[in-house]
Formats: sequence, C-alpha cells, structure tokens
Amino acid sequence: MKIEVARREVPTRLALILSSVLSLLLALIVAGVIFLGYGVDPIEAYKRIFSGSFLSPYGFFETVVKAIPLMVCGVGLSIAFRARLWNIGAEGQLLMGAIGATWIALSFPEAPAIALQPAMFLIGFVFGAVWGLIPGILRAKFGSEVAITSLMMNYIAQRILEYLVYGPWKGPGEWGFPYTTKFSVSGQLPRLLGTRIHYPTLLLGLGLSVALYVLTTRTRFGFEVRVTGENPEAARYAGMSFLRIAILTMLISGGLAGLAGVGEVAGVQLRLRTGISTGYGYTAIIVTWLGRLNSLLVVPVSLLLGGMLVGGDAIQLIGLPFAAIDIFNGLILLFVVGGEILMEYEVKVRFQ
Amino acid sequence: MIDVIEALLHDAVAAGTTYLLGTIGEIITERSGVQNLGIEGMMIMGAVVGFGVTSTTRNVWLALAAAALIGGLVALVHAFLSITLRRNQIVSGLALTMFGVGLSGLLGKAYVGLPLPSKLPKFYVPLLGDLPILGPFLFRHDLLTYLSLVLVPVLWYVLFRTNFGVIIRSVGENPAAVDALGVSVEKMRYVCTFVGGVLAGLAGAYLSLSYTPAWSEGMTVGKGWIVVGLTIFAMWGPQRALLGAYLFGGVEVLQFRLQPYGVSASLLATLPYIATIAALLIGASERMRKRIGAPSALGKPYIRGEK
Amino acid sequence: MAERRSKEKEGPYAVEMVKITKRFLDVLANDRVSFSVTSGEIHALLGENGAGKTTLMNILYGLYQADEGEIYIRGKRVSIRSPRDAMQLGIGMVHQHFKLVATNTIAENIALGLQLGDLRTAVKFPWLFQNPLPDVERRIKELSERYGLRIDSRSRIWQLSLGEQQRVEIFKALFRGVDVLILDEPTAVLTPKEAEELFRTLRTMASEGHAVIFITHKLDEVVRISDRVTVLRNGRVVASLRTSETDKKQLARLMIGREVLFRLEKERVQAGTPVLEVRELEALNDKGLPALRGVSLKVCSGEILGIAGVAGNGQKELVEVVTGLRKATGGEVRILEKEVTNLSPRSVAKQGVAHIPEERIRVGVVPSMKVSENLMLRNYRTHEFTRGPFLDAGFINEHSRRLVGEYNVQTPSVNTPVKLLSGGNIQRLILAREMSGDPKLIIAAHPTYGLDVGATEQIRQLLLRQRKKGVAVLLVSEDIEEIMSLSDRIAVMFEGRIIGEMPAEEASIEAIGMMMAGMKP
Repeated sequence: MKIEVARREVPTRLALILSSVLSLLLALIVAGVIFLGYGVDPIEAYKRIFSGSFLSPYGFFETVVKAIPLMVCGVGLSIAFRARLWNIGAEGQLLMGAIGATWIALSFPEAPAIALQPAMFLIGFVFGAVWGLIPGILRAKFGSEVAITSLMMNYIAQRILEYLVYGPWKGPGEWGFPYTTKFSVSGQLPRLLGTRIHYPTLLLGLGLSVALYVLTTRTRFGFEVRVTGENPEAARYAGMSFLRIAILTMLISGGLAGLAGVGEVAGVQLRLRTGISTGYGYTAIIVTWLGRLNSLLVVPVSLLLGGMLVGGDAIQLIGLPFAAIDIFNGLILLFVVGGEILMEYEVKVRFQ
Repeated sequence: MIDVIEALLHDAVAAGTTYLLGTIGEIITERSGVQNLGIEGMMIMGAVVGFGVTSTTRNVWLALAAAALIGGLVALVHAFLSITLRRNQIVSGLALTMFGVGLSGLLGKAYVGLPLPSKLPKFYVPLLGDLPILGPFLFRHDLLTYLSLVLVPVLWYVLFRTNFGVIIRSVGENPAAVDALGVSVEKMRYVCTFVGGVLAGLAGAYLSLSYTPAWSEGMTVGKGWIVVGLTIFAMWGPQRALLGAYLFGGVEVLQFRLQPYGVSASLLATLPYIATIAALLIGASERMRKRIGAPSALGKPYIRGEK
Repeated sequence: MAERRSKEKEGPYAVEMVKITKRFLDVLANDRVSFSVTSGEIHALLGENGAGKTTLMNILYGLYQADEGEIYIRGKRVSIRSPRDAMQLGIGMVHQHFKLVATNTIAENIALGLQLGDLRTAVKFPWLFQNPLPDVERRIKELSERYGLRIDSRSRIWQLSLGEQQRVEIFKALFRGVDVLILDEPTAVLTPKEAEELFRTLRTMASEGHAVIFITHKLDEVVRISDRVTVLRNGRVVASLRTSETDKKQLARLMIGREVLFRLEKERVQAGTPVLEVRELEALNDKGLPALRGVSLKVCSGEILGIAGVAGNGQKELVEVVTGLRKATGGEVRILEKEVTNLSPRSVAKQGVAHIPEERIRVGVVPSMKVSENLMLRNYRTHEFTRGPFLDAGFINEHSRRLVGEYNVQTPSVNTPVKLLSGGNIQRLILAREMSGDPKLIIAAHPTYGLDVGATEQIRQLLLRQRKKGVAVLLVSEDIEEIMSLSDRIAVMFEGRIIGEMPAEEASIEAIGMMMAGMKP
C-alpha cells in the first residue's frame, strides 16, 4: 500500500467547505481544553450555548439579532478582501454609521419614520463609506497597508464616540451614563413582533448579500475587483485603475459596515452609547473568511457565529468572561487559515 | 519651567519604552521578511503573564522571563503558520491578536484591580542622574527602559556589522540567494520571529509591571498595532526606531498633560492613532524619495524554485 | 566504495553523474542522464530550453534531489542534499538569475554564509556575531589582483552592471575554494566583450586545475571555449563529444533532432505609413536612474522592427513607456499620428495596440482565473462583452471557445484555471487575446522565451502573418538569431539610447555584437 501526497493546484468546492467545518470543530476542541483548564466543563458550556442560541425561540431570535450586523459587515468585507484590501476597520466604520444615524435621529426627532429612517440609513452609509474610503485612498496613493490604517481608524472612531456620548450628545436625563437620549419613536426601526429583530436591516442584509454576489461574479466591476485581488500586476497591465477600484471597494465595504451600525443604534440599542458594538466588526472578519469570501455563504455563517455571540452572554453565567468569545474567534481564524494548507495537497492511497 | 520639561522628557521615555521594545523586535522580524501583526496579542499576553507571575511568586525577574517566553511562544505559532505553512501573514497575525487578547482576558480575570506586590525597581544612575534635564530624561528609569536603550546600538551592530545581520538582511531581501548558499531561510525567519515575540512580551510586561502598573482587560489598547506602524516609520532601522518610539511616547504624555486645559480626554486619546497614520505616510513619501523600502521579500512566503 | 577510473587520465573524474533521473509531476526532466567532467576541463552542457540542463546542475548543486542515479566526486560516491553539501564538496554555481542581495554591498554578499562551509572547525554561535567585513574586503583585493578582475567591495549590487554582478557571483564561488564551477547561461547578460573577459577567466581557472561546467544553448560559445560538450535533448543525453571532433551544424542537429533552418522564410512586404513614432523619449527606471536617454524610433505598417541589446539597457522601460505602464519624463510617443505619451494603459490599448508582455505569468495572465476570463482581460469593457454593467456570459464563452480553437490553446475547457496550462499554451492564450482586438501595432517582448520548439515556431509564424496583414511590430528579444530572422530593420539599444539602426539584410552578428557592447558603427 502506498500513500502519495501530491500538490493539488485547484481545491474543489467540497474541500473548501469541509476544511471550514473542520476548522470550526478543531477550534471548539481547543477552546474546550482551555475552558477545562479554567475549571469549566466544556461539554456543559457548549450544550448551553447551542441550546441557548438555537433551540429556544427567544435564544434563536437573539441569534438573529446578533447575526444581522455580522451579515451586513461580512458582505461588505467579502468584496474588500477579494480585492486584497484587508479592511480590519469594519468596527470603526460601523461606529461611524451609528454616529451618523444618531445625528439625524437626534436632529429631527419629529420627522415621520418614512422619511427619517431611510435618511438615517443613507447618512449612516455615507459616514461608514467615508471612514472606509480613507484607508483605501491611503493605500492607493501611498501604499500604506489597509490593515494598519483601518485599525487605527477603529480606535479613533471609538474615541470620537466616547467624546460625543460623554460630551455634547449626552442625554440630559441620563445621570452620568454615557448615553444619548432615547431615539424618538419614528427613529426606532420596527421590529418583528415579540423579538428584537429589526427587520429592515435584516432585509437589507439579505438583499445586499445577493446583490454583492451578483456584483462580484457577473459584472464588469466585480471582474476588475477579482483580477486586482488575484494578480495586481496583471490588473495594471490590463489597464485597471487601482485607485478607482480601491475607492469603490472600500466605499462599499465601509458603507455596508455603516449600515450595520445604523441597525445597531436604531434597531437594537435605540440610543447611542459606548459598547454599542461588541466587536461585530472583528467577528465579521471571521465570518467572511469562514464563508470563503462568498457573500452568499456569509448569511448562514453569520447565523452560526451570531449564535456563538449569544452563547457568550450565556457562558458568563458559568464563570467565563465575555472575552472567551475572542478566544473562539481567534482559534477559528487560526484553524481556518492554517487548515488551508490541507486544501493544497491531496492524499492518494494506492493498493498494490 | 525646567521642571515641566524634565517631567515631560522623563515621562515620554517611560511611555516610549513599550514602543521601543516592540519596534526593535518587529524590525528584526520584518528584516527577515516576516510581517508580524500579532504583536498586540503577544504584548498583552506578556502583560498578563508578567502580572500574574509577579502576583503569585512576588518575583519580578521570574515574571519578566515568563512574559518574554510567552511572547516568544505565541510568535512561534505565527512563525509556523507564516513560514512553514506559508499562509497569509496578515490574517494569521490578526488571528493571534484576537486569540491573545481573549486569552489574556480570561487569564487576567482574577487580577483585575489587584495591586502589584513587587514592582520593577527603578535605578537612579549615580552622577548622571543628577544632571539637569538629561538626568530625568535618560537616567532615572527602570531596567526595561535601560534595556531598550541599550538594544538600539546593539541592534545596529548586529544588523550591520555581524554575520548574523548580513544573513537576516539577505533573507528579507532575496531569500533565494541565501538558500542557494545552503543557509536555511526558514530557520533564520523562525529565530527572528521568535526574538520579535520575546521583545513584544517584554514590552507588554513593562506596561503591567512598571508603566501603569496594574492589569486590566485590553490594556494594550492598540499599542501593538502602533508598533507595526512605527516599524515602517523607522524605515526598519534602529536610530529611527528610537526617534519614533519617544516621539510617540511624547504624544501619549501630551495627551494627559493637555487634559486640564479642557480638551476632551477622548479626543486627545486619538492622537497616537492619528500620529501612527501620519507616520505611515511620512515613511511612504520618504520611500518614494530615497528609494529605500521595505525588505523586498516582506510578507512573501519563500518557496524554493519560484522566481 | 567503487573507484571509477576515467579512460584517458590517471585518477578519477572530478564529477561523475550516473543514470540521473528526475521527475517533476508528469514531466521527466532528466532521463537516466550520465555525465562526467575531469579537472582542468571546460565542459559545455548544450541543449534547448527545457532540455534538462539546469535541472541536472541543480541536482549536482543540491537544490534538487534526483529520483534515481548516483553522483561521484573524485571517485567517491556522495549524497548531495543541499547547497551546503555541494559547497563542502567543492562545487560552486553561478546561476542564470543572480542570487545577490541588491541593497547589500559586494563584501556583504560575498560574506553571506561564508564560513558555513568550514563548519568543521568553526563553532557556529560565536561566528554569528563576528564582523566578517574587514577580512572579506582584504581577500577580495587579493583575489581580484590574482585573476585580474576589478571590483570595489563597498559598492552596492544595484549600482553594478550585470556583467559586474556576474563577476561578484564568480568571486563568491572562488572565495569558497571551489574545485568545480558550474555556470548557467553565463553570457545571457553580457556584451561580447564582457563574454571574452569571462572566457579568459574560465581558461585561467581551468589551467589551474578547476573543472568548469557551463550550460548554454549557444553553439558559438561551445565551439569557442569548451574542451568537451554533452548534448541534452528532452531530458536525455544525445551525445558526449570532444569539441574538436564536431562542428556547429552537427551540434545543432543533435540539439534539435532535425535539420535546422537558420533563416525563416520571409516574404518581402512593402512597409507603409508610420504606426509607432517615438521621439527623444526619456524615462527613469525603478531605482530612479535614467533608463531612456532620448530614444527615437519609427515602426511602419507591415514592418517588424527588432530591438537587440543586452538586457538592462532600457528595453524593458521602452516597452513600458510605449504601452502606458511607465511615465515618460521627456519626449513623446505617437501612434498613428496621435500623441499617446503618458496616457493610461487602457487608452493606449484603445488605439489598437497589443502588448505581449515579457513576464507572461506574472503580468500577462491571472493564473487562478479561468481561460475564458483571461481571454477577455484586455477588452472586457467593450460592448460585445457586456450588457450594461453585466458581463455577457454567453458571448464570453463563445468568444473563448473560438479563440482557443483558432490559436490551438490546449486546455481541458474554457473554464480551466490558467495556472494548469503549460507555458506554451499560456503564451498562445495571450496571443489569442491580444490579436483578437485586431491591433495595428504589436509590442512583443521576448515572446518565445522559455518555450519549446513547436510553440516558438508557431509564434514566429504568427508575427510574420500579422506583418503581412499590415500590422506594425516592435520586437524586443535577447535572441539575436530570432531578431535577425524576423526583423525588417534592427535597432540596437545601449545605455538608454538607440546606438545604431540598419536594415536586416545589412546586419551581421559581429556588427550587432559590437553595438551591443557600445561601439558605434
């Protein structure tokens, strides 16, 4: 019996999906071991997470709530990553979108919902888009790595938010809490009955997932994005303007993250405050990577990771801090990235 | 007036030590061609491990060793993914940062709010420490700060006057050349990545054992990322690293000094991050002018036979 | 341990490779190759691109391991698992693509890993932290006097000409005290004068007892300098002869396997109006140094202008400026009377310009994407390929199938990723794409580099056909024979200028060679 390991040039779709699943499992196992070391029974923890997030109706709805920003951000990241623009700044772009929406909501509380809410989404998109545009332009003009610049913008956005909610936008009746006043009714996104699911954002997310899939695979622009990401030299030779592609791609990516921010502030929190995002922008990176940069796959994966985030709330009850979720995220990403090596080889077993 | 300047200089150096240690480490790593974006994770693990070991054993030196070791171990994971498995270095570094930040939060839960039983001693250099301005500036610090200062000329000498340095620089510029001479590109990169991680761990330990000194979740607040930007600003050279680190230390200190004047603390806190972006742009425009750039092979996995 | 004895001399061969076989996936690069060299001999390894010469030497140097076969050094069987083993056995190699670190000094490049070969005595750790430079610089001085080759140890590699860089590579080997020196296509980057100097150095080394092996596909060199020659074809040894007992014609036949036509059949075509006009063009290279110092040329319809010259004299930059990939700092480019200087690559292409790039895989295609997608890389914006912002999948597939058939691109389907295609088929794909736009001007940079004989002939015929159709062709090539057989006029570039230009009938290899070395006619 001879076992041959050969380099495979093109991974099959099955291999891609299997490797994602395998990475998830490995991450769960390793995280379980860590929990064990901390004195927590991992099986118990996972049972709670799973049942809490997916089996109870309340839990499932909450999972959807958490999935929405992951989905919207993730779809936006899928196009940025395809162009090899490593947008780590979704978190900051999300916050800026929230800030934009808040500005509109607080400025026009009397306006009817039919006018106010689309305006909030629009301004939120614009704020996020600008926030994403800056690293994109810096990359095109100066070659500065998007990962670093966009990450710096995250911290800047967080501080701006802090400044606003502790300062000029502090709600007068909120007694020292860093909150703005609650949005007026017309500024609050409608929810599915009995849940916190703010369905306009959800529908936007689903629609955008399909739209971006079509954009990436069927349009001229999508073709340009893919060529730029796969071989930037050939893109230049083909006459594609990197500046143009960087600008449009980061605009879309940032704008979508901004929309996610609008959803969080106007659909979930109903006011602007610190802690409005529990790292959605970062978790969305995991979602997109697990979903193999495919904006359609982002939807189910965001549901999965949304469930994990809900689980993060649940596991605090058994003694683990919320930071444990970062451990998950990190491990999943590590195994997904490391596991890709398996896709480059195939194992053939020959019986002689 | 002199007092204010002296205090400013002293604090800038103290604040800059973390940046300096981290940047020296990242320069070594990147000169060999590996981009380590996991510094934030390694730093914060160094911080929590340093604090934890000090709390438990009351031995600061043991804690420093442990912090250095943990930084190096995490770096080895990054090395494995980047060098042996040849994966995307940016994503790998990001993953390790997430993991490190999360794990440190878990490990550090017990230590939040606790005081440090044994601090890093400050050495007051006799005679030199009494000098006006220069004294507080350079000669009234603790061991790690002195270490970071010493490492600057050491790094210069190693990089530019030893066999090791020639090999490191060559590996980062043209790994094929080094491979053809029978030197293991992979081994060299592993060593440089490990050293970078060790220094990142120490940089983090400095934060929790001397600068603050305390432990809180996420206490590195992106300093590891700033180090990556500083490395570019430093043009991968030790002299500029020194300049950059203390400049940033100064910006950080300024942040606190300006607060009494009514400027929002939060907005002031954006200064280091804005400065990092500025540093990147300065580095870029200088690259275009002087045509010195990043190590040519930076971020690219080496595969023999590929041109 | 078996002692192998050579037939003529006392003592064993310096190097003997016996029945070496090496497979890369499905390709048999070396098929039971046996090859031997004695000390004091200059031995040529002759063969076309892809014959297996470099692979064989890479095995000798430890960069690859043979699947089967044995190697004997001075009669003793050895196992060479890495370049370090090779160096310890006294084998050195000067590669075709120099393994030098551009930003470092000559001394630093030579010092790199220097004492690893002497590892028996040195303890590794302290050595790492020693300063090698004073010692190295001293020895460089000694050696340069001994061999008559001047180098300044403090210069940085990027400041040197290619000929000087090669000198550094040879120094690197001499420093380590090699007995056997392998050179891979050493004259590819040299002017004829520099090549003479090299040959003189090699003869000196041989007379001192070194064994010299050089890989080449140039018959001239084999005849001029080698003592013995081994001819490889398709991975097998076809012949191993004393050079004095053979001639160029026989060698050519052995190399290719059939009678070689040294000149292609070329019809006379009346040249028409100027299509490409370049006037006083100036540009910088990547390092910011002047690469084009006032280049002027003209290519008319139905004409092939061949640009000859040693690589690095501005040809690359010329192509890039004309196609819009590099900024011109002075002068102008006109296509069909219209000024296109510093327009974007897309605008230039719109004028009817096809560009066959020098680096076909790195620049000319997107390897991970499909054949059909690569075929529309240049004109995906035109109305036939799109319906509004969307791509017309039906048309794209039909277009691809047509081109694949017409240009004989061998691929399982139009949806196959391009990286699975062979080099020749990738080039055919690029040609198909570029020609399908009905260009008026073709810029072909080293179009047959690294291709097998079949693909090479096909591409040359294609260029001639386009010429007959009235297309203007600017051909840049390092292969003088190719330039001479395809071009109507030949221009030679030297240090950023056209140093001489002439009709092909009046050109001779000697004249071109002199111009390449900087001597005006």
